[in-house]
Amino acid sequence: MTKHSERRFQIFPLKTIGTVAVFLLAIALMTSGFKEEKKVNVTPAAGFDAAKDSTASVDAFMQVYKVLMSPRCMNCHPSGDRPLQGNDSHIHTMNVQRGKEGKGLYALKCTNCHQPENAETNHAPPGNPKWQLPPANMKMVFQGRSAHDLALQIMDYNRNGHKNKAMLLEHARDTIVKAGWHMGEGRPAPPLAYNEFVKVWDTWINNGGYAPEK
Amino acid sequence: MVTLNINQKNYQVDADPDMPLLWAIRDLVGLTGTKYGCGVAQCGACVVHLNGEAVRSCVTKVKRAVGQKVVTIEGLSKNNDHPLQLAWQQIDVPQCGYCHSGQLMSAAELLREKPDPTDQDIDDAMAGNICRCGTYLRIRKAIHLAADMQRNGVKKA
Repeated sequence: MTKHSERRFQIFPLKTIGTVAVFLLAIALMTSGFKEEKKVNVTPAAGFDAAKDSTASVDAFMQVYKVLMSPRCMNCHPSGDRPLQGNDSHIHTMNVQRGKEGKGLYALKCTNCHQPENAETNHAPPGNPKWQLPPANMKMVFQGRSAHDLALQIMDYNRNGHKNKAMLLEHARDTIVKAGWHMGEGRPAPPLAYNEFVKVWDTWINNGGYAPEK
Repeated sequence: MVTLNINQKNYQVDADPDMPLLWAIRDLVGLTGTKYGCGVAQCGACVVHLNGEAVRSCVTKVKRAVGQKVVTIEGLSKNNDHPLQLAWQQIDVPQCGYCHSGQLMSAAELLREKPDPTDQDIDDAMAGNICRCGTYLRIRKAIHLAADMQRNGVKKA
């Protein structure tokens, strides 16, 4: 009897401990699951510190997003393999193609018409020394992307042209990005002043590069 | 004064660095085979080769061409016997002819990169060269013929 009681006494706590452990594990998993959902599953580009201020970051990105979706930026980040053109982002005339390097094809390479600087004549091609599309193996599509998807794409080293944090910050200062604000007559600048854009771009990235929720 | 190397010859020209290359070629050097069409890079009549690329000389400034190699329709071949020129003659491609120096220079760049072009390659290369006589079908045929001549070394009169 004593033996039996002892056995029962030994078995009971083990069961309880087991049940409690499973329960705690379930809570832990659920909690971590909620955390993941709130944070949005960002794959941070190399060089990112721990999360900083997700609210400030997302607010800033919503401003960034307005700029990136403007024709001045999006026209060279098309979803297809042909650049877009004009304030209505129609497909570029002349059947211009992306080409492997993003520089056009054969007799229709970007820089055959787009010079290192804007043409002075109205309706003539705008220019920049770096005029091109993203290459075929790294298309960096803006067209059709939601704010959520575009933020994740830009923060993903494997989809952003292999840019780490420093390179992303630098990109806003690149001549081809600046060109969006100076494309000549008839081509309105993006909806934010350039300096404002750099500010929100930096704020977005320096606060962790968070993506807005879907 | 700036020096322009055109068709393997140096020319000293009194040109503003911002002058369109087309003006220097036609008005200062006197090579008038290259045509002025629209002046805004929309039609392709003014195509010349700049270091092998088919640039539109109406929007390309002289300063971009200084120290580089320019080839115009006059320099495409020594005796007008580039396979494209032979094919153009054989098929009798042009009607009014105004756009064809540009057409030939664009087609030459296509054949340099793609010696055996498909119809799609031709569309991808040539859609920016406008022909208001509508000789497009003969242009396509002649490019295929020239590719064949280039490949097989056949030169027909």
